[in-house]
Amino acid sequence: MAETREDVIRCEGIWKIFGDKSRHAMEAVRARGLSKKDIREQFDCVVGVQDASFTVGRGEIFCIMGLSGSGKSTLIRHINRLIEPTSGAVYIEGENVNAMNAEALRKLRAEKIGMVFQSMALMPHRTVRDNVAFSLEVRGVSDAERAKVAAKAIEMVDLTGWDAKYPDELSGGMQQRVGLARALAADPTILLMDEPFSALDPLIRRQLQGTFMELSAELHKTTVFITHDLDEAIRIGDRIAIMKDGVLVQIGTPEEIVTEPADDYVAEFVAGISKLDLVTAARIMQPMAAYVQANGPQDMGTWPVGKPEDKLNELVDLAVGTDHPILIAAEGAPIGVVTKRALLRGIQGRDEERAA
Amino acid sequence: MADTSFDWLNPFASIDLGIASWADGIKQWAISHREMIQPIKRFFESVIVGIEGALHAVPPLVMLVIVALIAWQAAGRRAAIVVGCCLLVLGLLAPEAWGLAMTTLAIVTASVILCVLIGLPLGVLAGKSDRFEAFIRPVLDTMQTIPAFVYLVPVVMMIGIGNVSGVIVTIIFALPPLVRLTSLGIRGVNPSVVEAARAFGASPAQILRKVELPLATPTILAGLNQTIMLSLSMVVIASMISVKGLGNEVLRAMGRLDAGKAIVGGLGIVMLAIVLDRITQGLGRSGRERGHRHWWETGPAGVLTAMFKKTN
Repeated sequence: MAETREDVIRCEGIWKIFGDKSRHAMEAVRARGLSKKDIREQFDCVVGVQDASFTVGRGEIFCIMGLSGSGKSTLIRHINRLIEPTSGAVYIEGENVNAMNAEALRKLRAEKIGMVFQSMALMPHRTVRDNVAFSLEVRGVSDAERAKVAAKAIEMVDLTGWDAKYPDELSGGMQQRVGLARALAADPTILLMDEPFSALDPLIRRQLQGTFMELSAELHKTTVFITHDLDEAIRIGDRIAIMKDGVLVQIGTPEEIVTEPADDYVAEFVAGISKLDLVTAARIMQPMAAYVQANGPQDMGTWPVGKPEDKLNELVDLAVGTDHPILIAAEGAPIGVVTKRALLRGIQGRDEERAA
Repeated sequence: MADTSFDWLNPFASIDLGIASWADGIKQWAISHREMIQPIKRFFESVIVGIEGALHAVPPLVMLVIVALIAWQAAGRRAAIVVGCCLLVLGLLAPEAWGLAMTTLAIVTASVILCVLIGLPLGVLAGKSDRFEAFIRPVLDTMQTIPAFVYLVPVVMMIGIGNVSGVIVTIIFALPPLVRLTSLGIRGVNPSVVEAARAFGASPAQILRKVELPLATPTILAGLNQTIMLSLSMVVIASMISVKGLGNEVLRAMGRLDAGKAIVGGLGIVMLAIVLDRITQGLGRSGRERGHRHWWETGPAGVLTAMFKKTN
């Protein structure tokens, strides 16, 4: 994936400082490298986002995870320029969004970017169909075409038959389905999801996550997904960025985040996360040579065999049937061994075996 | 006055900035530039005469039925009954009461139309711009609180007595609530919905037309209702500058201490007020309150549509 990757979204050094003197504060940051506290005291400005850079590849789901107030909603609004950065720029398919004129920006928003909001933000005076077709309506698409596209989008989120209803006649979960349909209607390249499922109760949230993941497997939209729920980020994201106080602390795959947290803050976050479906055999196994050196040659004929990309969960299934360690083989050739001890430590999330 | 010795404890008695005579100068200027105002006056006059002519041309009973049907459409069956009864009472008050009421209604209608034309754009602007809101708020306060007699004289000097002056005086008094409530309505629109509209590529004009104005409509209609009520409350004062209608009855009755005539005029105004209030309040009901039905699915239009569907 890394070699063939094509960046759809590229954010370069985004700073957002809120306040009347944000320009001066920005200059001071550049010149003197002020801290957040200094900026607040000297300029009465608040730093929303601090030097955020990342890229999102085509078809990738990029999760930004952080607690409320960490600046994640501010950051995502830079991508479609609902918020102007104090410094830095956003490129979408190589085009600088911050250099666009108003008309080009509107075209980009209507045709290339779909957005889903935590508050749903449906228009109460419009039917489901008119809400879904809004982005086409503002581009002047004909009535007949709009009806066709809206019907398709409404079908995608399983709301067929509800198109003439008004938002306040729908439950919260259904309203957010409308929000999702509205974002998908124009068949955009990019989906921006700003905590789309946070306001829903847990069961409905699960359901909608399922709907979203099915749709995204089918449609391969480049997605930026904001959440404050690490479980959700791990379930949905191809890569995760952890945000804290306006800073992107760590960017990596779910496995990297969980097994190699960049600092104590991230470590504390991932501490409660189950490793069973995240960590692979490749990460906890002892290489063949090292194992043989430590334990001497063994008869491995009766040992269960796993693959390096097997998750801990599958290794547990293999391990319960036998007292032997598990042999890890790639393309038929044994490359390493997972002992019971390593497996248990792996589930706990400690790296004792490798450290020893 | 200023030649007596200056008293520090009462400085105001010995200072004369000449504001009254300065303001009087404006009046003189207005009188000498009357010609400029004539085309505007003629336009106003023709609008009022047109409306009045139309209202008088319809036979009273037909008018009663039309207004009741409008009330049914706008506010439901119960409001239609109230409106019908009020109009009946109005007609039975005195033989000439209906004609006077139509004259008053014409003045009120003309004033309200002009209030909407002026007030709606001002209100939208005030809703969008804090600076404009800060500027217009004291102006509106002045318009609402300054006694009508103060601007009655200059307006008459400039335009002369009659209906046009009456309408202008009424506009000055009745415009503020519409501007205020339009601004309030625009400001009260859920910002996340506006943000969503922006995120899907709507231009500022589209946001105003497709999101802000529709969502602010109930508040704007409450403002319109207030504007209509204030217009009606001006008819007596406007009759001092020779505006005909129910207000004039009250004024004349006051001069002759004729309590009976005063009651006819006064009750007539009240009946008219109830009629207009019920109709405009009904307009402000939200979609949810109407059970999300389109306007053509309710009221007399709904009956017609249903009949038309059956015959098909």
